[in-house]
Amino acid sequence: MAREVKKAVDTALVDKIVAKHRTREGALLPVLREVQDSLGYLPQEALERVALGLGLSLSRVYGVATFYSLFYTRPKGRYMVRVCESAPCHVQGAQEVIDALIRELGVSFGETTPDGRFTLEKVSCLGVCGVAPAVMIEDRVYGNLTPESVVAVIQEYR
Amino acid sequence: MSNVKLTINGTQVEVPAGSTILQAAEKAGVRIPTLCHHPDQDIKGVCRVCVVEVEKSRTLQAACAFPVAEGMVVRTNTPAVREARKVIVELMLSRHPQDCLGCARNMKCELQALAQELGIRDVRFSRREKDLPRDTSTPSLVRDPSKCIVCRRCVYTCSEVQGVGALFPAYRGHEAVVVPAYDNPMIDVVCSLCGQCVHACPVGAITEHDDTEEVWEALADPEKHVVVQTAPAIRATLGEEAGLPAGTLVTGKMVAALRRLGFDRVFDTDFTADLTIMEEGSELIHRLTTGGTLPLLTSCSPGWIKFIEHFFPELLPNVSTCKSPQQMFGALAKTYYAEKFGIDPAKVFVVSIMPCTAKKFEAARPEMNSSGYRDVDVVLTSRELGRMFRQAGIDFDRLEEEEFDKPLGLSTGAAAIFGATGGVMEAALRTAYELVTKKELENLDFVEVRGMKAIKEATIDLDGTKLNVAVAHGLANAKELMERISRGEGDYHFVEIMACPGGCIGGGGQPIRTTNAVREQRIDAIYREDRRMPIRKSHENPAIKQIYEDFLGEPLGEKSHHLLHTHYTPRKRV
Ligand code: SF4
Ligand code: SF4
Ligand code: SF4
Ligand code: FES
Repeated sequence: MAREVKKAVDTALVDKIVAKHRTREGALLPVLREVQDSLGYLPQEALERVALGLGLSLSRVYGVATFYSLFYTRPKGRYMVRVCESAPCHVQGAQEVIDALIRELGVSFGETTPDGRFTLEKVSCLGVCGVAPAVMIEDRVYGNLTPESVVAVIQEYR
Repeated sequence: MSNVKLTINGTQVEVPAGSTILQAAEKAGVRIPTLCHHPDQDIKGVCRVCVVEVEKSRTLQAACAFPVAEGMVVRTNTPAVREARKVIVELMLSRHPQDCLGCARNMKCELQALAQELGIRDVRFSRREKDLPRDTSTPSLVRDPSKCIVCRRCVYTCSEVQGVGALFPAYRGHEAVVVPAYDNPMIDVVCSLCGQCVHACPVGAITEHDDTEEVWEALADPEKHVVVQTAPAIRATLGEEAGLPAGTLVTGKMVAALRRLGFDRVFDTDFTADLTIMEEGSELIHRLTTGGTLPLLTSCSPGWIKFIEHFFPELLPNVSTCKSPQQMFGALAKTYYAEKFGIDPAKVFVVSIMPCTAKKFEAARPEMNSSGYRDVDVVLTSRELGRMFRQAGIDFDRLEEEEFDKPLGLSTGAAAIFGATGGVMEAALRTAYELVTKKELENLDFVEVRGMKAIKEATIDLDGTKLNVAVAHGLANAKELMERISRGEGDYHFVEIMACPGGCIGGGGQPIRTTNAVREQRIDAIYREDRRMPIRKSHENPAIKQIYEDFLGEPLGEKSHHLLHTHYTPRKRV
């Protein structure tokens, strides 16, 4: 598993964000959003401050953070590589494309390459079933992929 | 409260308004299968195994969550209901490892029982078993998240009953699983290792760390002198491992069975429970008379100790420095006992039979080696001992009763009640009263501190000196009490805490299944044991008097300090 390089987290900043929202009902989601905006993702040290500040258990905070697909509990790479794994892509051979991607990037879903360039992620549908199997990198969609062409696409971002 | 009449499978029942369909069905004698439902927990309604037909309702309803209404017509046994339940359970099974034969919960598993009850023979969905790593990071528990069916029962127990919150559902959809934050190993999180989640879990996703093999090896080793100690609560629960009803006392049969397993000496943790009373009682009197830190908090429950180290490190000076009876026993077995009987302490191997998973962690703490060796070598839970009896072909119930060996097997009724919430307090009061007032205590039964009430309080008159005491069991109750103390409320002098609901009889290592109703029956057995004992006060135990004369000197003396007392370690709060 790709283990992220530990950077010191600005806990004072996290505490400030918690203090701002603490008194309101349902503070957790806005706090998580703001912490992620500041830090890029939700590292353990930051969520520990959130848990202490809001009087919640860390496991609960983590549970909520991992329930929403827009929160990241591991560092994100420079480019988000999103792979569609819905049925139409699946029948069009998405699995081979996925295998090729995993081989090329050397990470599995939810992980970031050690050089910090790519984060691989599964999504349920990209809405481009006509060109299945499809992959989205940042906001560009690539369709009709094969195990070979997907590697070529990745090369463009190297 | 008003009543409501409804019809279940054609039979009319009347139940209080606000009841659920499940409760009404129970009253009507109709069984509805459940899985996420637990009798001691709030409604979750997540598994949908309990679905029933409610007339005029478009979809099937979860009986455990759906409230009854006047004139409601419920059917629990229609083709649609049977099929829906099967589909729900088959979907679970399609994601579940097929490991029953090698699973610690085989034959005691609610999912397995449910599959049988519903008559499932094939799973109509393609198998996509979860394949997640097992967590064996603690000496106490093994988590196997691949077996987790996300029923959330452990989550309820860990957060609501134990106030810890080490486990929570993470991720979503197919990937949802109940884990510690960031999938951290259990040894790195705030878990107390109490093992209450094991009782909550319907399946084998959380089990005790099995150490039986190490004990078999020691028993087979002719070089080793293997002694066993049995915790106060075991005699009131072990019978359940042999199929006897909850609340059966099996003291003499347990001793006989342990001898059959091959232990060289069968001793009793009750002996060191009496010793704990001498040491802790003296510590209390010392703190009271010298202006020491009060209230004094008891220290016998290792789940509680780990909890306070995490959550209230500022209160650690309040915790009694007494080791738990288990650890006192280990330290004495490898010093006093070895010396007295001329046995090389390096060859003494101490096994303890405990109600508790946290005891495994306690025995492994680095400071627990005051004998010069690891004081307690292996800790087995009552479930593991039951397993060993079965492997050895010992038909426990048919054995004649036998007596513990001397001298570490002599004990009192005061020690026996350590097994139930309030017992340590009551035992301490029996002794403190007589030591302080120098008068004989007339009524030995301090009933105010007994029973399942969350927090119990009493004021005891020690001949003019008023002693305010409190007792809490279950860590959420302990937390509540610690918050009161932190706020300066209560003016307590002495506080007993047990990590597990009901005390050790409800410990995380006790037989499956442990519910509050079962706990009550076991508590009754504990007080029967107390009444049965010829001596019921710790300071009257002749073997205790002897050990002070021969070896320890006096309570809180130098030897005691070295062998029987300990210190604590503040830990992370999150
Ligand atoms: S948890 Fe239950 S169903 Fe699953 S393998 Fe174990 S015994 Fe079988
Ligand atoms: S052992 Fe106790 S504290 Fe730890 S997860 Fe289980 S219930 Fe929670
Ligand atoms: S670990 Fe057990 S109790 Fe907890 S959610 Fe999973 S199956 Fe339920
Ligand atoms: S038992 Fe009713 S929903 Fe789980």
